[in-house]
Amino acid sequence: MGYNWNWQVFLQPSATGEGTYLTWLFEGLQWTVMLSLSAWGIALIIGSIIGVLRTVPNRWLSGLATLYVEVFRNIPLLVQLFIWYFVLPELLPPTWGNAFKQMNPLAQQFFSAMVCLGLFTAARVAEQVRSGINSLPPGQKNAGLAMGFTLPQVYRHVLLPMAYRIIVPPLTSEFLNIFKNSAVATTIGLIELSRQAQQLVDYTAQPYEAFIAVTVLYVIINVTVMFLMRRLERNVQVPGYIGSK
Amino acid sequence: MIMYEFDWTSIPGALSLLVKGMLITLEVTVTAIAVGVVWGTVLAIARLGGNRLLSTLAATYVNLFRSVPLVMVILWFYLIVPQAIKAVFGEGIGDIRLASALTAFALFEAAYYSEIIRAGIQSVPKGQVAAGQALGLTNGQTMRLIVLPQAFRNMMPLLLTQAIILFQDTSLVYVIGLSDFFGTAYKVGDRDGRLVELLLFAGAVYFVICFSVSRLVKRLQARFSQ
Repeated sequence: MGYNWNWQVFLQPSATGEGTYLTWLFEGLQWTVMLSLSAWGIALIIGSIIGVLRTVPNRWLSGLATLYVEVFRNIPLLVQLFIWYFVLPELLPPTWGNAFKQMNPLAQQFFSAMVCLGLFTAARVAEQVRSGINSLPPGQKNAGLAMGFTLPQVYRHVLLPMAYRIIVPPLTSEFLNIFKNSAVATTIGLIELSRQAQQLVDYTAQPYEAFIAVTVLYVIINVTVMFLMRRLERNVQVPGYIGSK
Repeated sequence: MIMYEFDWTSIPGALSLLVKGMLITLEVTVTAIAVGVVWGTVLAIARLGGNRLLSTLAATYVNLFRSVPLVMVILWFYLIVPQAIKAVFGEGIGDIRLASALTAFALFEAAYYSEIIRAGIQSVPKGQVAAGQALGLTNGQTMRLIVLPQAFRNMMPLLLTQAIILFQDTSLVYVIGLSDFFGTAYKVGDRDGRLVELLLFAGAVYFVICFSVSRLVKRLQARFSQ
């Protein structure tokens, strides 16, 4: 197989005339990081609420939260993304749907992907939050109530501060997953990293250089996140638990 | 205010196509589970074994596959496999999309399965290995006859849960244009201008299958842990 390696391809001016192909890579990296971080924000907030609701002593609320988790866990991410992007604008009241369709295409893609990825990951975060709360001895909740705290206060001051510290390691792996899952946004045309890999193949006909560069960038993201989260884990680990020093 | 008017009539006519797509989905899933578990076991044993070179190689394989998005892995194999097929068999052999997808999923899933299997092997008490050796079994025999059966029993629920995730992930073959269940649903919806109905239908089918299987896994788990 005679393949002509040409790493200088990244320094060539890009087909759109703006910058080089290296610029495309960085643009892709920026979208991947922005999409992942904003979706992670949604996932943490919604996931915490759903996770707490799954543990409260109210059958309706916990049933609703369970329904959320089951729906978002049992439908493939790609199908969810297409439902947010293609189906929802049709089902919304026409004024909203049309407002969405009149937005800049990049904004449509970004918002659909962000909401989709955020709510999908929220179901996974919720499971971690729930198992964190359930792993605490029941005496903690009872002690809080005996001190005269209301149930919301017990969650706010007693259960959640402990639960969050315990679930940092599993949350790390969800955080890593969100960067990988963000690649699904390529299917609706968002110009994140994997999209740029495919575009580079189309425009430069140097597929191996493009794929290797993008793969290396994903590995760098992975290693960076892992490094930062390890430091966070060390800072917040609860003394006396297995794994703490 | 005009609400969207649903029209489900294009689904009955497309059922045979959708079933054909589901068979592709299942083919990819089952192949990836079969190859993934076998290759994953080899990787896990290599990683836990005494040979430093083998265990580093296995660790690198697993970590590399686990840090790259599945979409990229599928695209990679769609680049490599057709060229490899061409080099070995010449032009025009078989369905290169399917071959690429099968390879990608099998090798990718092996990395995830090997982590589950490694934890499963480590969950078997050390005394079991010592007992095997005391009976005069070789290392290979101890692994095959004593450690692995217990390990697989312990990790059955995790392996099945991973299989459900894999079943959902196979929809990503969309990026190379393979007509699995989801790809077929999308194409039919696009052709008939009924994307809304077909996508909701696809979501419902995935939900029913995955939800039922995960219920079964839960019941199985309850029985195993007794």
